[in-house]
Amino acid sequence: MSPVLSRNLNRGKAQPFDAILAKVMVSFPSAKAGSSPNGERWIAVQPSEMLEVARFLKNDPDLSFDSLACLTGVDLLKYPVATKDSPPCTDLVCVYDLHSLRHNHELRVKSSTSRELPVVASVESVWGVASFFEREAFDLLGVSFAGHPNLRRILLPEDWIGNPLRKDYVYPQTYGGVELKREGQTFESGPYQ
Amino acid sequence: MNIERDGDYITLSMGPHHPATHGVLRLEVTTDGEVLTACKPDVGYLHRSIEKIGENLEWFQFVPYTDRVDYVCSMNSNHAWVCAVEKLLATSPETKLQIPERAEYIRVLFAELNRISSHMVGVGAMTMDLGAFTPFLHAIGQREYINDIFEKTCGARLTYNYMCVGGVNHDLYPGAEDEIRKFLTGLEVAMKDFNRLISTNNIFKGRLAGTATISAQDAVSYGMVGPNLRASGVDFDLRRDLPYGIYDRFQFDVPLGRAYAGSKGKIGDCYDRFVVRLLEVLESIKICRQVLDQMPPTAGVAEDPVGGWCVAKAAQKALRKPPVGEVYFRCENPRGETGYHLVSDGTKIPYRVKIRTGSFTALSIFEKLVPGLMIADLVAVIGSLDIVLPEVDR
Repeated sequence: MSPVLSRNLNRGKAQPFDAILAKVMVSFPSAKAGSSPNGERWIAVQPSEMLEVARFLKNDPDLSFDSLACLTGVDLLKYPVATKDSPPCTDLVCVYDLHSLRHNHELRVKSSTSRELPVVASVESVWGVASFFEREAFDLLGVSFAGHPNLRRILLPEDWIGNPLRKDYVYPQTYGGVELKREGQTFESGPYQ
Repeated sequence: MNIERDGDYITLSMGPHHPATHGVLRLEVTTDGEVLTACKPDVGYLHRSIEKIGENLEWFQFVPYTDRVDYVCSMNSNHAWVCAVEKLLATSPETKLQIPERAEYIRVLFAELNRISSHMVGVGAMTMDLGAFTPFLHAIGQREYINDIFEKTCGARLTYNYMCVGGVNHDLYPGAEDEIRKFLTGLEVAMKDFNRLISTNNIFKGRLAGTATISAQDAVSYGMVGPNLRASGVDFDLRRDLPYGIYDRFQFDVPLGRAYAGSKGKIGDCYDRFVVRLLEVLESIKICRQVLDQMPPTAGVAEDPVGGWCVAKAAQKALRKPPVGEVYFRCENPRGETGYHLVSDGTKIPYRVKIRTGSFTALSIFEKLVPGLMIADLVAVIGSLDIVLPEVDR
């Protein structure tokens, strides 16, 4: 057992978001701060740099983000843009919710990638759990993770077509020779309207 | 079951209908004689696209679906969802809800009762998988009492749909407090019987001691959460370290794995995971008693800020126009951290609902943990990790 992880052994000091951001900016000048209208803040990094950033966040003794709590893929195709003049964003975003058990602080990291060629560097070698999370994002959103040793569908069947959590997903009419359309249901509007 | 031979190695499929896989899980294992050399979990048999359904329903309509995410602890699933939505609403002063005191106490009380019942199913099923049938009946018998209490309160025995954004759907029925106290006293006696029957049994201990040890580093890296994480000696409990709701008002210990099986045991083995669950039941009893002592009496009016149980009108109004943005909320469920990552575009329908569950991440360690174990140990590993498959596939 690692001593830093056990009870009451000098639990470190939680760092505020600005201090974490400053540290990341020194090593990765391309990283940017982001915030949502409801006050949540995050660090946006380049998808190709994700692995180096992850290694840095985990190994830096002041940050020590040793656990990946959640990896969420979000399709921004229909998300409202900040102002009317700004162009529509069609990116796919990977959201990493990190937590440090030593310091008990949290951080959100986002990596935005294009819809046409969605590739993000895999962090599977940093946090083992990312292996499953990345397969799920690959399955449901179609994001590829460069460097993942076993990137294939996890929840859906291998022969499924499309990525259901994309906002422009078209419901299949048949699967395995079985008609999926039900009475009074239109595929254009989705099944639950 | 299909068997393939490749020299000395045999590849065989365990499941998806194996009784010890707690649902429909298929493990593709490669064996060298009795020893496993590789294991690939194959999940998705129970995929019901709950996340996609979440993007098509209004915020409050999603509560019954959270019951189905993990049906062994539906109350906790409800709790995680409503707290996540309330966290989103609290990011704007216009939509912030003032949850009645009594509702908060009822939520914690029922979440802890459901934790007890879920852990009883977990340890009971584990003993049954290992060939001891009687302890399972003892454990599931206690769960029946809890189901009775839930049924009297909300009408359902398994999928409750009891908590709602803004509070809980009904007040406690008259006499519920006394009945719960009586049940807790009986449970303590039953726990002693259970421990005499199986936990201290030398055959059982010897079977599990030192089996499938997970080190603290691996547990953290592979996203083990809840009792599985603590059994590896990592001292982290969301209820204590990042308290949500009113958990900061209660005193309780966080049980850790300490190589309970004796000289042959190791920290983080199957027996530690079993014992940590039993110890957590005792801590939950403590929390339930404190809740019953502190809970304000009912005011008879739902909207009352102290003795009420639901601010339904305010919640409905707030959910019509929630703040734009996102939150990640994490909740300590019996199977560890349940997280909801919610993205809102300001409409009454969520833009994205991501559910992070403890069983899903627990399965990710199989590929690393299993090589080197015996075939018969695989059943003990699945039982000790307390995996519930609907939660994996969602």
